[in-house]
Amino acid sequence: MPKNRVAVIGVGETPFRAHVTDKTYVELSQDAAKAALEDAGLTPDDVDAIVFSMAPTQFMGVNDVEKWAVDSIWASGKPLMRVHTGGATGGSALHAGYAHVASGMYRTVLVVGADRVAETPDAQHILNLIWDPFYEQDFALNTVTMTALATQRYMHKYGTTEEQFARVVVRSRKNALQNPNAHLKGNITVDDVMKSPRMSWPYKLFDICPRSSGAAAVVLANEEVTKRHCSRPAFINGIGGLTSTVFMGDRVGPYSDAEFCDEAELKFAGKEAYAQAGITNPMKQIQVVELYDPFSSIQFPQLESLGFCERGRAQDLSDDGSFDMGAMLSVNPSGGTLCSNPIGVTGLVRVADAALQIMGKAGKNQLPDVQNALSTAIGGSVQFVNCTVLGADYV
Amino acid sequence: MPKQEVMNNANIITGEWHVRYNYSIGKVAGKFFEGLKHKKILATHCSKCGLSFLPPRAYCERSFEPFDQWVEAGLEGVIEAATIVSVQFENLPRPPYAIAYVRLDGVSTALINFVRGMDLSNVEHAAQRLNPGTRVRVEFIDNPQGRITDFHYVLPAA
Repeated sequence: MPKNRVAVIGVGETPFRAHVTDKTYVELSQDAAKAALEDAGLTPDDVDAIVFSMAPTQFMGVNDVEKWAVDSIWASGKPLMRVHTGGATGGSALHAGYAHVASGMYRTVLVVGADRVAETPDAQHILNLIWDPFYEQDFALNTVTMTALATQRYMHKYGTTEEQFARVVVRSRKNALQNPNAHLKGNITVDDVMKSPRMSWPYKLFDICPRSSGAAAVVLANEEVTKRHCSRPAFINGIGGLTSTVFMGDRVGPYSDAEFCDEAELKFAGKEAYAQAGITNPMKQIQVVELYDPFSSIQFPQLESLGFCERGRAQDLSDDGSFDMGAMLSVNPSGGTLCSNPIGVTGLVRVADAALQIMGKAGKNQLPDVQNALSTAIGGSVQFVNCTVLGADYV
Repeated sequence: MPKQEVMNNANIITGEWHVRYNYSIGKVAGKFFEGLKHKKILATHCSKCGLSFLPPRAYCERSFEPFDQWVEAGLEGVIEAATIVSVQFENLPRPPYAIAYVRLDGVSTALINFVRGMDLSNVEHAAQRLNPGTRVRVEFIDNPQGRITDFHYVLPAA
């Protein structure tokens, strides 16, 4: 158990777009830091320590970019660490910040980062280079083909159709219409998704997230600072994280200890977070989830691993509208990662968007009576997973 | 991404990185790649947990013991996951192509490679031939170089 209770007391996000050419990378990160501090009613002097959220920097083209950002995020004279677990980075950075405060080491921590994935046209080339150079790089593995492989396996196991994944895209883009920061948004149809160009079976173009630029930040505080500065914080009541083997081929077949296509690792991360947060019936107790879903097929296995329904059942609940805004479970009210993916901060955006729902600051996307919200992040070769349970009250 | 749009924008300065590497492959991978030159796929076996792993490794993550045996993988196996790529990714092969994780006979884990020799003109149809559970066989190139690309998978003749 944590020594100190921890809450999100400030949130900052910039709009997510393909390109932001009127600002440098570090100016973009400053925008989020400034917005989060203002939201919390704090000044840079009130921040004890900083966690910088950033995944591979080859997309934006400057190595070890946290050193570039030091001045813009007011880190001079303060402890700073950068956290990097691929796509899971934002969630891991949040957990590092949480540990800083929960341990009693710091009172107030700023978790901040930015990314510009479309700064290079060679993004999938860069992503191919995260794989083993001797055994796997030669076979065109990248984030698209990696998850396409998992999805083909999932479809075979549960009889899921391409149309069922297309409905997830339709719902996400519709939800994103009410999110001014979302990159992709609009009223599209299942037919639009089905007719978009084929990429990697079973994916079409619309099944895949955009390459986004943007920044995000949250301010974490202990109980004393929270009481002083925030009347409606989002309390971090549970965190869970798990790491798995780099080799996806170890996670398929009868000898696997965590089924690849089920994202089975998330079950264990969820169990840990739920135990801390007192969640025994996720579907009843949690109203909002912000899932890390860069592809249309990534929601179902996560919802199943996190205990919202049985394996293979999420597709039916999705079809009947149970995951629509305000229905049984509001899945990605923000539009999620399918609509905006600034990779190095995406996991942090998930936490931020979940926190906004608890804090009553989600704007046109605000749902009534959100008591508990859950965010996830996934990175590497579906290998780093983490989740965070936020609540309107301390557990 | 629309490249032209970026190039014409006054707020853009362009850049490129060129870096080169000499990767050390170590003893375990060295033995595996030497095996490929003789058209053999060698897996590491742990006598404590009874599992055989591809790619081969120095240490068994299940039993936390060094792998103590090498075994020769079967040259046939079963597809665990597959996809067909229809789009040109930067610096990656020209589409279309099929890739699959295949668990070779006698091995506990699956190894990725291309599935060659298929008609991929109809993606939906071709995808149905690559379902998990489908048997495939290994086909070596004529003059193996000690690289993972020395072999690929093929569907059995119809």
